[in-house]
Amino acid sequence: MEMAPRVDEVKTYPVLDPARALTEPRWVRWVLIAVALSFIALFLLVPLAQVFASALDKGMGYYFNAVREPAALSAVKLTLVAAFFSVVFNSAFGLASAWAITKFRFPGKSLLITLIDLPFTVSPVVSGLIYVLLFGLQGLLGPWLKAHNLHIIFALPGIVLATVFVTFPFISRELIPLMQEQGSEEEEAAMVLGAGGRQIFWKVTLPNIQWGLLYGVILCNARAMGEFGAVSVVSGHIRGLTNTLPLHVEILYNEYDFTAAFAVASLLTFLAVLTLIAKTLVGLKYEKSRQTPAAQAESGIA
Amino acid sequence: MSIEVRGLCKHYNGFKAVHNVSAKLETGSLTALLGPSGSGKSTLLRMIAGLEVPDSGEIHLTGREATFASAKERNVGFVFQHYALFKHMTVFENIAFGLRVRKQGERGIQDRVFELLKLIQLTGYEKRYPSQLSGGQRQRVAVARALAPRPEVLLLDEPFGALDAKVREELREWILRLHEETNMTTLFVTHDQQEAMEVAGRILIMNHGEIEQDGTPIEIFDQPATHFIAQFVGESNFIDTEVSEKGLAVWGPFRFSVAPSLPVGKKIRIYFRPNDVYMTAQFETLQVRARIAKTRFKGTTIEYKLDIGEDKYISAQIPKGVALASGFKEGGEVYAAITAFHVFPIDAEG
Amino acid sequence: MGMKFKSTGILPGFGLTMGFTLAYLSLIVLIPLAALILKSTTLTWAQFVQEVTSPRVMASYKLTFGASLVGALINSVFGVIVAWVLVRYEFPGKKLVDAMVDLPFALPTAVAGITLTALYAPTGWIGRLLEPLGIPVAYTPLGVVVALTFIGLPFVVRTLQPVLESLDPEMEKAAVSLGAGRWYTVTRVILPTLAPAWITGSSLAFARAVGEYGSVVFIAGNMPMKTEITPLLIITKLEQYDYAGATSIGVVMLVISFTLLLAINWLQSRTGVHRIH
Repeated sequence: MEMAPRVDEVKTYPVLDPARALTEPRWVRWVLIAVALSFIALFLLVPLAQVFASALDKGMGYYFNAVREPAALSAVKLTLVAAFFSVVFNSAFGLASAWAITKFRFPGKSLLITLIDLPFTVSPVVSGLIYVLLFGLQGLLGPWLKAHNLHIIFALPGIVLATVFVTFPFISRELIPLMQEQGSEEEEAAMVLGAGGRQIFWKVTLPNIQWGLLYGVILCNARAMGEFGAVSVVSGHIRGLTNTLPLHVEILYNEYDFTAAFAVASLLTFLAVLTLIAKTLVGLKYEKSRQTPAAQAESGIA
Repeated sequence: MSIEVRGLCKHYNGFKAVHNVSAKLETGSLTALLGPSGSGKSTLLRMIAGLEVPDSGEIHLTGREATFASAKERNVGFVFQHYALFKHMTVFENIAFGLRVRKQGERGIQDRVFELLKLIQLTGYEKRYPSQLSGGQRQRVAVARALAPRPEVLLLDEPFGALDAKVREELREWILRLHEETNMTTLFVTHDQQEAMEVAGRILIMNHGEIEQDGTPIEIFDQPATHFIAQFVGESNFIDTEVSEKGLAVWGPFRFSVAPSLPVGKKIRIYFRPNDVYMTAQFETLQVRARIAKTRFKGTTIEYKLDIGEDKYISAQIPKGVALASGFKEGGEVYAAITAFHVFPIDAEG
Repeated sequence: MGMKFKSTGILPGFGLTMGFTLAYLSLIVLIPLAALILKSTTLTWAQFVQEVTSPRVMASYKLTFGASLVGALINSVFGVIVAWVLVRYEFPGKKLVDAMVDLPFALPTAVAGITLTALYAPTGWIGRLLEPLGIPVAYTPLGVVVALTFIGLPFVVRTLQPVLESLDPEMEKAAVSLGAGRWYTVTRVILPTLAPAWITGSSLAFARAVGEYGSVVFIAGNMPMKTEITPLLIITKLEQYDYAGATSIGVVMLVISFTLLLAINWLQSRTGVHRIH
């Protein structure tokens, strides 16, 4: 008769702890975190600190003078104007293009979307160049403009145009995927209930896309206020007249007035930080509004 | 309002979604459009609503030509599968939407909305938002919203598809009662044949963009017009065999009488339902001997796989009580006859 | 209403919105771009080729593309680490770091330019540490690389994050149940899944870096043949009224941008990787 094996004779298999194999060993994790944080600190935090350190290099008095100087103030004004028009025009475009593309069927849609994306990939310098070639003295429309005493290049209109160009797709690119995800059922429902085009847009569509629109506006505005290369080409760099804030920073820097340059730059940096904050807050609301109708139908209380 | 469609066609990039569909629905009728996914039923419904424009054909609503009329002009109510409630509006505003759009007076709107809230049994919910409602509640709000502007026709596109079984059953009951109260011409799309059978007075079965049969639930069930309907509706066995002599087809020990017009040698498919197999423990009449190969318990019925020899099997299904009383057991011997069947020539199949 | 539009859909407003879209697109984007192409046709092909392949221009291509490539590579290595750490680990201040990743998007390029220059100049906080080691950064190609790395930082991280977040944890558990160790699971199971997004993000960083001007032009030094980037060369030629030269190089840059755009779109459609904001 066979006896059952004694307890100490029973072979045991080595224990594989699944928790251990599902994540990295602790020391690996800490190394990776250290590497990531060092990279971020080096490339992001240190430069941020540099801006403010240099801006305050000669004390608060110097700082405020630099920032309140007439040329600086008119640069602020010009920057605000250019950004305002960019946001307004590109929002109108973004809404119209997103409506046309997401609510209807027609051939050539992907070509249209690619063309809308084009300004996003064009170098800022080329973005300015094209307007010089169109409206500059030697440009295609140059003689005609001169005959009518119209100034586009080296004047406000040119700056606005260049800024509009580089921020062209921002709002459209946010709204198109958003509206595609949301589908057209609510609009169709409104239509069957008797609503006309404008009513459908204001009462049904707009409330659903408001966070996406705001998000796009934040991105558009940040880029518009910070644009440098394109505006540099069309501007003429006339102090107090055709300089946006970034161009003003460049002028101060090239005159070796580093502290003043950084003082003005710090304004733009505040703006950037504000943008990041706004972006994060709005981004959360935006994500929530991105559910597809089917997913929404299944969510909600049981 | 009556609905009539003639020769409606709609295709997308060469794919025929709806092909030459004609039908007439009388005022006050409750009809189901039944079919599998891709059969064209939703497209047909949307064309009637004015949400799609047909490529050819006509639509008449109460005798008026409405083929190219806008959805607004047609005065129909439409309920979507995923409700399509306006997320940013309260239940009240959702239901009131169609009335506000027509610039009705505030007093009238209030009365109508509360009347509808009572109808859908959601009084007190008017300030809630769709995200605070359950699926079944949302769908009822969607129906109320569609009914608010007093349409002449109610169209529902798989209205209960996104809900679970229990809620679906309740809402089916509810739609039936609603129809009895309002007597509105109602057309709904579904892929659930049980739903169609239970709710509708008439069923239009669609497949591959065409209407394959148009009849009452009993007609559809007992006299399927095509292969597809025979195997789509209810459960069925099917047998492939040939016409062996004029008016007769043989399969194993079974002999089926078929239409004399079918030529000898013609390949045919015979459908019959497991419920139509008459099983007894002793020989009664016209039965064939069989052995029970397998039994399966299905709740209220028991299904038997019967071995009729020559390596052929059929399934039979009988109510549990009868089965237990008869003492059928696996491996046992029984006698079976097929009491109802349908014959379709095989090349007629699409 | 438009029966000819009946196949587009029944919602209203197609004519209005499509018309405005096409008009605005043409006015702001297509016509000015056409002006560029048109102006370049005033040159013969031979002249054009001579302009875009002259030694100074070629040197600028080398710098622009070379530095952009190096910057994209650096970002692809560190980007995946940052994305991994942000998605999978917890540590204090994580949300702050996550928000900061977008700083290069939000910060004006000129500000980035002067700041990086100040940092890496021989007297700067970092520059004075590297100078004694014989590694000058400002006014050298290395400085250009630093600037382009800064600019491209968010692209790889933001493209990888959603992919990492939506990774099915069941996949890793399956690997473990089949006996895989952690290193094996990461390198053979997870990283390959990230490959499409990785390539897309790196390509986006590269495309952005190639056209970059403001953040580079201060730190570069701008010496012809040595530290001159292509966009700057265009501006220089414009200031010298060499429209032919500026236009030619502009066309080259435009063609490259468009090609990159098509390539990245193709990549994204093939792999279903989403745009980042």
